[in-house]
Amino acid sequence: MTRSPAEERPSAAARRIRVTVNGLAHEALVEPRTTLADFLRGDLGLGGTHLGCEHGVCGACTILLEGRTVRACLMLAVQADGRRLTTIEGLGHEGELHPIQQAFVEEHGLQCGFCTPGFVMSVHELLELHPDPSDEEIREFLGGNLCRCTGYKAILRSVRLAARRLREARAPGAAPAEEA
Amino acid sequence: MKPPVFEYASPRSVAEAAALLGAHGGEAKLLAGGQSLMPLLAMRLARPSLLVDLGRIAELDYVRDDGGEIAIGAMATKTTVERSALVRERQPLFHHATRLIGHPQIRNRGTVGGSMAQADPAAEYPAAALALGATMRIAREGGERSVEAADFFLSALTTALEPGEVLTEVRLPRLAPGTGWSVLEVSRRHGDFAIAGTAVTLSVEAGRIASARIVLFGVAPSPLRVRAGEEALVGERPGPAAWELAAEKARTAAEEPLSDPHASAEYRRHLAAVLVARALTEAARRAGASS
Repeated sequence: MTRSPAEERPSAAARRIRVTVNGLAHEALVEPRTTLADFLRGDLGLGGTHLGCEHGVCGACTILLEGRTVRACLMLAVQADGRRLTTIEGLGHEGELHPIQQAFVEEHGLQCGFCTPGFVMSVHELLELHPDPSDEEIREFLGGNLCRCTGYKAILRSVRLAARRLREARAPGAAPAEEA
Repeated sequence: MKPPVFEYASPRSVAEAAALLGAHGGEAKLLAGGQSLMPLLAMRLARPSLLVDLGRIAELDYVRDDGGEIAIGAMATKTTVERSALVRERQPLFHHATRLIGHPQIRNRGTVGGSMAQADPAAEYPAAALALGATMRIAREGGERSVEAADFFLSALTTALEPGEVLTEVRLPRLAPGTGWSVLEVSRRHGDFAIAGTAVTLSVEAGRIASARIVLFGVAPSPLRVRAGEEALVGERPGPAAWELAAEKARTAAEEPLSDPHASAEYRRHLAAVLVARALTEAARRAGASS
């Protein structure tokens, strides 16, 4: 196999970045070409951010950047310097799932589970923007996440259930959410 | 899929970015939102020796009224544009085009300048820019120039930008009162690349079409103005007969669309004609003309 000159270039100088991930501050040296997804998985050991296509099509690596969904495979780690990130590991805890995760469990919103972290992060932003989304809003917002198992119907049901529970938790007079 | 090795710079000003480009010439590449460039890097279709990240240049992130025109900084994200009341109220075509681009997760990162500079043949923004008569402001080391959208999009993935230049702003001129508009596309799934699409504007005076602008996307290497269709409409009464006339001109104008697994060239031509008729119907309704 022939190698192009670009591949023979030595590694570029590593750069120091500081990021806050799931509330914890991290400082690390990264090569500029390291994607944010690889940094989260490889350097920080946060394997919940899944890599499917690695070129922005499947949505499995969706995370929150300053509260907004982004594809972690379409960002470089150096671009996240100084930013606040949330991954699937930052939403729930073992034995205490986030209401969105709990809804996916109850409504069978997953089978193999590979795409699920990306879906859950997208649903998180969707329900922030639209606490009571229509089916069309759900379909449109989740259009960028691919699932090859469920046929999406169970995912839609999961989102409706999560939306209802989160609305009830936020409603005046409701018991305070356990997360708060 | 891992990007090739490159050096990385994150300038804090346009001047600094232009100086870096000036020093590195064609070996350097600008990184805006990365939603097109990162896949190209991952697949190693792009191999810059230096990546100049515009993401830290705060002066490029704005949407504002500038003497009646809307000025959009090159690094404003599509989400910023989508939520801008100024764009929604004064340039609804551009607002609507924004909602057709990718998915929310893409729009949260993808920028206005990035889409214009990428100039994908199926992209909505270049077509919208051409339909609205937008102007591109461009900086280089020690200078600046402006290029009309009509002179900016040269071919597939090719614009008038020279290697040392940075697109800094997209300016949308005031839309004349009473102008109808529409932007429509067909894609396999909401958010996917358009198989074909169109952006149109239309004005009607005293029951006759006074002016029209028809732009196709996804059917040619760059956004395509259907001048024959525009001219055919002027003086006609708004209605199905006029729309059919323009639709036929659109079919002819789309000379050699791409054939790919998503659609044949013939189907793209068909879509261009159907979408132009639908878009003109919608534009006429918005212009207040019965059709």
